[in-house]
Amino acid sequence: MIDERYLKSEEKVIYNLRSLYGKYGYLPFKMSKFEEYELYVKNKDFLVSDSVITFNDTNGKLLALKPDVTLSIIKNGQDERGCKQKVYYSENVYRISGSTRQFKEIMQTGLECIGDIDLYDVFEVVSLACASLGSISQRYVIEISHLGVLSSLLDSINSSEEFKNSIMECIKQKNAHEIKKLCADFGVNEEKALLLCDFVGIYGKADTVLERLYSLNVNEEFTSAVDELKAIVDLLDKTEYKDRICLDFSIVNDMNYYNGIVFNGFIEGVCETVLFGGGYDKLLNKMGRKSKGIGFAVYVGLLEGLDKSARGYDVDVLVLYDNTSAEKLSAVVNSYVAKGVSVTTQKSAPQRLRYKEIVDLRGEEK
Amino acid sequence: MINVALPKGRLGEKVYQMFANAGFECPSILENNRKLIFENKEKNVRYFWVKPSDVSIYVERGAADIGVCGKDILLEYEPDIYEILDLDMGKCRMAVAAKKDFYDDTEKTLKVATKFANIAKKYYASKCRDIDIIKLNGSIELAPILELSDVIVDIVETGTTLKENNLEVFETIVPISARLIVNKASFKFKTEEIEKIAQSLKEQVEAND
Repeated sequence: MIDERYLKSEEKVIYNLRSLYGKYGYLPFKMSKFEEYELYVKNKDFLVSDSVITFNDTNGKLLALKPDVTLSIIKNGQDERGCKQKVYYSENVYRISGSTRQFKEIMQTGLECIGDIDLYDVFEVVSLACASLGSISQRYVIEISHLGVLSSLLDSINSSEEFKNSIMECIKQKNAHEIKKLCADFGVNEEKALLLCDFVGIYGKADTVLERLYSLNVNEEFTSAVDELKAIVDLLDKTEYKDRICLDFSIVNDMNYYNGIVFNGFIEGVCETVLFGGGYDKLLNKMGRKSKGIGFAVYVGLLEGLDKSARGYDVDVLVLYDNTSAEKLSAVVNSYVAKGVSVTTQKSAPQRLRYKEIVDLRGEEK
Repeated sequence: MINVALPKGRLGEKVYQMFANAGFECPSILENNRKLIFENKEKNVRYFWVKPSDVSIYVERGAADIGVCGKDILLEYEPDIYEILDLDMGKCRMAVAAKKDFYDDTEKTLKVATKFANIAKKYYASKCRDIDIIKLNGSIELAPILELSDVIVDIVETGTTLKENNLEVFETIVPISARLIVNKASFKFKTEEIEKIAQSLKEQVEAND
């Protein structure tokens, strides 16, 4: 039987997530820590961090400590008409962290659904993302976006790649003031510039956001992307996650790989995004697969700071002994263990050890 | 409780006044002492003074929900935050400066002294120019005078320091001003309060235009 006191909060989270995903028919997927570097070179922009930790294997082949899980899962799957590959994983990935350029080991638990995907699958994955965060804390938010909304809006204004990339960078930062300047630089007329600035301010509860999006009346492509978003939101609206959902278009993933629904998750008390997810049909196409795919990962390591309840002591009982026989000592220790308390034996009390109770056997005869 | 990271110095004091005008005053901040944190429980706000170049770190890491820092810092460190308002204060520009008689020989690697290595790297990469970055932490103007570098990439406010050292601006890279930045996760859970502050600050900026 598992004594929960000895589980770290991340271990509890991982256990809960695994059982959640298992219940929905997702199968565990275990992968190697190493992958051929070539896999990542081909899809460099898909990776969160642009540096990969590499080394040579015994045959001189260049390997990498895997910086990402999704690529390995895609590589190992096959297209089967009408079927879906549903897997979950709990894996460490290795990246170089932003400003300090240090190697970092990051624990991710997540799932992927790849194959003949329909509306239900997308809904299931987003719901499981909500349920994942809900199993960690009740104070969470899942923000959802549809990349088609953003791309069709940008295409309707100016098709230059440079313009689109710069504007996307601003949208990611909710930076309307810079958009104004960029529009002026690229000769975009005032009406369209205003439209873009307004778009930055469209976020929040789904019903009001959708209403505002429909009223923008951009083009057919835009409306059909909003329709897709609405279909998911309508389904989520009937679930317990309803109040946890908001729409936000500042989620800007690389559009060469991602498409359709993308979403991020936040938990109050954790200052970074704890869940990243979205559809990646374009990545699958690039890798020669005909399937569609959607998945997400929870950055379990970030949850460490969430558990603020500091333990007041290290062990329940400190047993001090000197001439006590091993037999007697063992009997004392086991009597405490049988009661379900922790116990440590020492000849003198360690200076920094915190204990609840002390049992001093010193000076007793053998 | 909203935590606000303000940059130490004159800019920070001016920005605090804008927050106070927005209804988030904290009079203890004006007392002349060495305290670093000031709280007004009634208004549910806490301010702290930090080194200007550190504001974005406090905000990105969530120690502060919002903060005010220069665009130069945002361009240099590229923190993952929301940049929701241009405060139109602390205006200056990021520029390339050199000795008045400087001639850019494109056949040679350009030696660039700067505090802003990332900005310099990106700027010259966009021009496909081969450069050698010399990272300095202060007195950047000294570098071309002592021929440590050909040019410098630095913030220019009035240009007086450059002039006094016989240097001049050759190119402007980007205009700089103070920005209101927000931690992404805080924005999700304290949306209303943050929007209220941003809206009031925006009105104050527009009124000053």
